[in-house]
Amino acid sequence: AWASYMTNSPTLIVMVGLPARGKTYVSKKLTRYLNWIGVPTRVFNLGVYRREAVKSYKSYDFFRHDNKEAMEIRKQCALVALEDVKAYLLEECGQIAVRLFSTKRTCGGFVSGLSWFSKHVSLPSSQVFFVESVCDDPEVIAANILEVKVSSPDYPERNRENVMDDFLKRIECYKVTYQPLDPDQYDKDLSFIKVINVGQRFLVNRVQDYIQSKIVYYLMNIHVQPRTIYLCRHGESEYNLVGKIGGDSGLSPRGKQFAQALKKFIEEQEIVELKVWTSQLKRTIQTAESLGVTYEQWKILNEIDAGVCEEMTYAEIEAKYPDEFALRDQEKYLYRYPGGESYQDLVQRLEPVIMELERQGNVLVISHQAVMRCLLAYFLDKSADELPYLRCPLHTILKLTPVAYGCKVETITLNVEAVNTHRDKPTLNSSHLPTSQSPGRMRRSSLTPRASAAVEKRPRHHSVGSSPPGPPGP
Amino acid sequence: ARELTQNPLQKTWEPYDNGLPAGHSAQRGVCMTNCPTLIVMVGLPARGKTYISKKLTRYLNWIGVPTKEFNVGQYRRDLVKKYKSFEFFLPDNEEGLKIRKQCALAALNDVRQYLSDENGHVAVFDATNTTRERRETIYKFGEENGYKTFFVESVCVDPEVIAANIVQVKLGSPDYVDCSNDEATEDFMKRIECYKNSYETLDETLDKDLSYIKIMDVGRSYLVNRVMDHIQSRIVYYLMNIHVTPRSIYLCRHGESELNLKGRIGGDPGLSVRGKEFAKSLAQFINEQNIKDLKVWTSQMKRTIQTAEALGVPYEQWKVLNEIDAGVCEEMTYEEIQENYPLEFALRDQDKYRYRYPKGESYEDLVQRLEPVIMELERQENVLVICHQAVMRCLLAYFLDKPAEQLPYLKCPLHTVLKLTPVAYGCKVESIFLNVEAVNTHRDKPENVDISRPPEEALVTVPAHQ
Repeated sequence: AWASYMTNSPTLIVMVGLPARGKTYVSKKLTRYLNWIGVPTRVFNLGVYRREAVKSYKSYDFFRHDNKEAMEIRKQCALVALEDVKAYLLEECGQIAVRLFSTKRTCGGFVSGLSWFSKHVSLPSSQVFFVESVCDDPEVIAANILEVKVSSPDYPERNRENVMDDFLKRIECYKVTYQPLDPDQYDKDLSFIKVINVGQRFLVNRVQDYIQSKIVYYLMNIHVQPRTIYLCRHGESEYNLVGKIGGDSGLSPRGKQFAQALKKFIEEQEIVELKVWTSQLKRTIQTAESLGVTYEQWKILNEIDAGVCEEMTYAEIEAKYPDEFALRDQEKYLYRYPGGESYQDLVQRLEPVIMELERQGNVLVISHQAVMRCLLAYFLDKSADELPYLRCPLHTILKLTPVAYGCKVETITLNVEAVNTHRDKPTLNSSHLPTSQSPGRMRRSSLTPRASAAVEKRPRHHSVGSSPPGPPGP
Repeated sequence: ARELTQNPLQKTWEPYDNGLPAGHSAQRGVCMTNCPTLIVMVGLPARGKTYISKKLTRYLNWIGVPTKEFNVGQYRRDLVKKYKSFEFFLPDNEEGLKIRKQCALAALNDVRQYLSDENGHVAVFDATNTTRERRETIYKFGEENGYKTFFVESVCVDPEVIAANIVQVKLGSPDYVDCSNDEATEDFMKRIECYKNSYETLDETLDKDLSYIKIMDVGRSYLVNRVMDHIQSRIVYYLMNIHVTPRSIYLCRHGESELNLKGRIGGDPGLSVRGKEFAKSLAQFINEQNIKDLKVWTSQMKRTIQTAEALGVPYEQWKVLNEIDAGVCEEMTYEEIQENYPLEFALRDQDKYRYRYPKGESYEDLVQRLEPVIMELERQENVLVICHQAVMRCLLAYFLDKPAEQLPYLKCPLHTVLKLTPVAYGCKVESIFLNVEAVNTHRDKPENVDISRPPEEALVTVPAHQ
């Protein structure tokens, strides 16, 4: 990861808002983004806890504010959830817990709840960041209910109308005691962002640090307009044919055929206002050229830099740099080619692409194997372990459509033969590793800081650097 | 499909038709702006409008978006040679109102020329613009000309902040060159009063269809409405990350390296003997400066890390702070580059900012790579950045508002710390040489940049080395 978190205190993000305001949607999306950029994050959804406590949901009556028994249950759930949050942040070294908070709160009640929490988790209040979603557009709310509530475990058998009806009554129960965040008086010292009408307007108060700033920027760039993202690689290249990695070769004859097929496919899809992005390497540009439409070249979409191994075949690499070759198979995500990059570096490099993809509508990204794996991992919420082994074959398009809380993927093979460039993780044992390298040095998330004399707990401003990983390497 | 040709300077692939460059392809610079953007500042006097205008303009130009600010007050000063008193700004001063409107229109005219005729992408219109009527006029102007309009309002009621602003930038204004500080302050406060009665702040309901950001209390909170596109989103992000807390930024290079001694560029060498001495001097210097909560950043190359190690404090390594990648020329001397790649060497001298080494980077690429560093530097307070020559030039150009042509020739010698302190609308620079000798690595632009030049003329500005 590229954020120095070992000496930073964790953050609790608290979602606030009436039901059907997109809290779960935002929680999941934000969590996916933060995990992708390397900040360990987890969602704690009170609704899930409640469903465990109360096996079968009967009706909206459960949520009436004068239903004492239900209130007791919901309070208990909140406490259990908080305990889990505490465990995650303190014991499991999570960095951010996103908590779906029920909207029922009185000023006093919440503040005392929060100070209880602060005492138990030793989380200064500046490390709590609220994300409130406010929406008064009835169409948006109705659409939300249809999109995600109708298929909720709370409503297994009901028909649409009943669900809509019950859910709207549920919302009414909350409205009675809902107190929106108040930046002018009661809540002026809290750190929060208020998202109004699905991103039309934002109120941002007291952003404390780097991570809160990134969260705000992300929330301000996402939207919910329906659209489709197409990911594919360049057509088969001359180097692909001979098994060389990297370089800047042109398309092979089959690669050119693919470009033609891609053009036909895009035309058939009849996509409204499609943007086309390529890297600055010849093979993606050649592929885009065949489409006959305007495209944008991004240097940051270039393939992973293999450093000294550029333009070699895997066999040549194994022969010339056997230790490097073995190390890469041990920890493909973190492994950096000498004089080159790692997948982890690639993710950092690609972050502006992801941000811009979030802003855009329909986009076709013509990129490369490693790059496409990183982008795909973001959309499909794949972990760092899985990312370098995601299948992104040549001449295949992945069509991604956001749906409910996730992303639908369609794989379209364009019927033009190509070599297979996918290398699975071999079943090596660690005896292949030279004894000076122990797997323990390869860490999963943030790099461990150098053991310096005193690491004082200062008020934390996160930043984007990383602390040194230990004694300088070979 | 059209053929591709590689641009020799930037190494980018461009399509061509019958030998001529063709359309359909665009470079994604950091920002693609489709239609020009007009940024309109809003706020009472002494709310930081000019500060924000200048800073935003500097940032946008640095990331490659041609931007210019238009300060209506400056137009007024040019027209009304001598400022008399706040009475010029009284709401019932017909003469004053006439002149002020004239200045606003003249400025808008220049805006139009810049955006429509001179290929500017963003214009920042810096004036109070405190009435809805005035803002409507400007919005209509934008619409007529095909510009997107984005308002930036600064709201502040804290008397201490306002007083501090007055001291920082108003007392030294040409308007008050003949006044004592007390006289100037008194007059300026009355000037602010002239605007207050007619001030219509951007309203959530009345202005709900406009795109704007409202900055409250110097960044304590923000209201953001209807961000329309990428550039507005970047502007909002930038404005939300800057602050005015006093602090200093220290920039320096790693200590002299083994390759520096040999006149070789790039690579990942360790420090020379003198380089290690510098590291120790740097530690001493930092101690003596007694800096509160200093953050130390390095690249991920050995020479900066070795330098930081000598400081004995925690530091963070950033890969994006690594030196410019010289591609096939890595670890060569300039003499070797001239011998092996004379064309490349000449191209570089012709346009050092845009020139990309084969399989390497350009200064232009470096700026894009460094943008997150700048953003984080804006968020932070006291920071020491230990980096490299090209990297330091890019960072320095941002702080000192140097254009692309000058950037690659900024002087950033080894063993010299540049201490940057924000002051008024700019940045004070102190250069501190830490008294440890080092080779000179600065190569000036030679007179002859022609590809047919003889080697001696190419190498005439190469500094001495082993």
